Amino acid sequence: MEEQFAKLDIRKDENIVYKRTPLLVDRPLSYCPGCGHGTVHRMLMETLEEMDIQDKTIGISPVGCSVLAYDFLNIDMLGAAHGRAPALATAIKRMWPDKFVFTYQGDGDLAAIGTAETIHACNRGENFVIIFINNGIYGMTGGQMAPTTLPGMRSSTSPYGRDEKTMGHPLRMTELVAQLPGTYFVTRQAVHTPNHVRRTKKALRKAFENQKLNVGISFIEVVSNCNSGWKMTPVNSNKWMEDNMFPYYPLGDIKVDGKIVEPKAVTAKAGE
Amino acid sequence: MAKIKGDIVINVERCKGCEVCLASCPTSVIGMAKEVNSKGYHFAIKVNDTCTGCMNCALVCPDGVITVYRAKVTAE
Ligand SMILES: Cc1ncc(C[n+]2csc(CCOP(=O)(O)OP(=O)(O)O)c2C)c(N)n1
Ligand code: SF4
Ligand code: SF4
Ligand code: SF4
Ligand SMILES: [Mg+2]
Repeated sequence: MEEQFAKLDIRKDENIVYKRTPLLVDRPLSYCPGCGHGTVHRMLMETLEEMDIQDKTIGISPVGCSVLAYDFLNIDMLGAAHGRAPALATAIKRMWPDKFVFTYQGDGDLAAIGTAETIHACNRGENFVIIFINNGIYGMTGGQMAPTTLPGMRSSTSPYGRDEKTMGHPLRMTELVAQLPGTYFVTRQAVHTPNHVRRTKKALRKAFENQKLNVGISFIEVVSNCNSGWKMTPVNSNKWMEDNMFPYYPLGDIKVDGKIVEPKAVTAKAGE
Repeated sequence: MAKIKGDIVINVERCKGCEVCLASCPTSVIGMAKEVNSKGYHFAIKVNDTCTGCMNCALVCPDGVITVYRAKVTAE
């Protein structure tokens, strides 16, 4: 079969240029095929590996599809009640200021039930990293509408599409927290193409380095897919995300080193 | 002359057949198997020997199941 194309002469350990980081537990991820959560987990763990801070990092997992993140990320972790991850992270970071602390939250968790915790942690200028996976839907519970759901987008609780008149407007949490003096680094990334994966990892590195400076919240939104909730194949969901999510949630840095960046009009496209 | 040669190994038991890696490969090395793994997923396979070891497929694979090799070889 495929082994007919194997180049056995170069399949040696010294020639490995990429392999799954051992900081990810060696078990299958519980996510649907093609779901961006897995890629973000891997970039996060590669960042901790490269900084050599596996034993100094404490993560908070949310409620949502990534509720089981502690089963996959081989670091100390706690699970928070729905939306409360920033409150728990605040307590942990204040008790152990030398630890690297992060929350990992979906849009239902961070932008719906946990809006208050998110905004107040950002406003207090706590010193941890928030990783925000925005797939515009409640993935875990069966694809209900989230505050981030796009206008006209169908979900199980907006079967005729989100009507902004009665259901409100999609909430851009990332632009919102960038306005608060307590945030130091605010960026929006994606993980569906190799270049976007590299950029997300760079942002993660910057965010964790910022914790050494004690300068406030580093907030990384990753616009991601929920192919199950959106009822599409993974490849189609990534295309749909580019065409529909990115215009509303444009990628790029929003605040760097405590200063708002001038917004760029263009959004990155496939293969770019 | 020295030439860059690449190869990938896909952990087919862990592959979920999402096909996200296919589009990322500049030399169209990856296709899908007709067979399924023990979870029932059609897994990704190599369909030619043009891999350059660029790592694109491994970076985008949500399940992190691709290992990439790359070496400089001297062509005869
Ligand atoms: C207090 C409370 N309210 C509601 C729920 C039900 N619930 C579980 S996950 C979830 C939303 C998850 O959506 P999101 O945060 O976007 O994560 P995703 O699954 O999309 O990654 C909800 C409402 C709950 N578990 N606890
Ligand atoms: S339901 Fe959506 S967010 Fe959850 S694992 Fe599946 S694709 Fe990912
Ligand atoms: S390493 Fe690059 S060239 Fe080789 S299969 Fe993967 S994407 Fe294609
Ligand atoms: S991206 Fe990974 S899981 Fe998806 S088909 Fe390719 S190898 Fe399999
Ligand atoms: Mg969600």
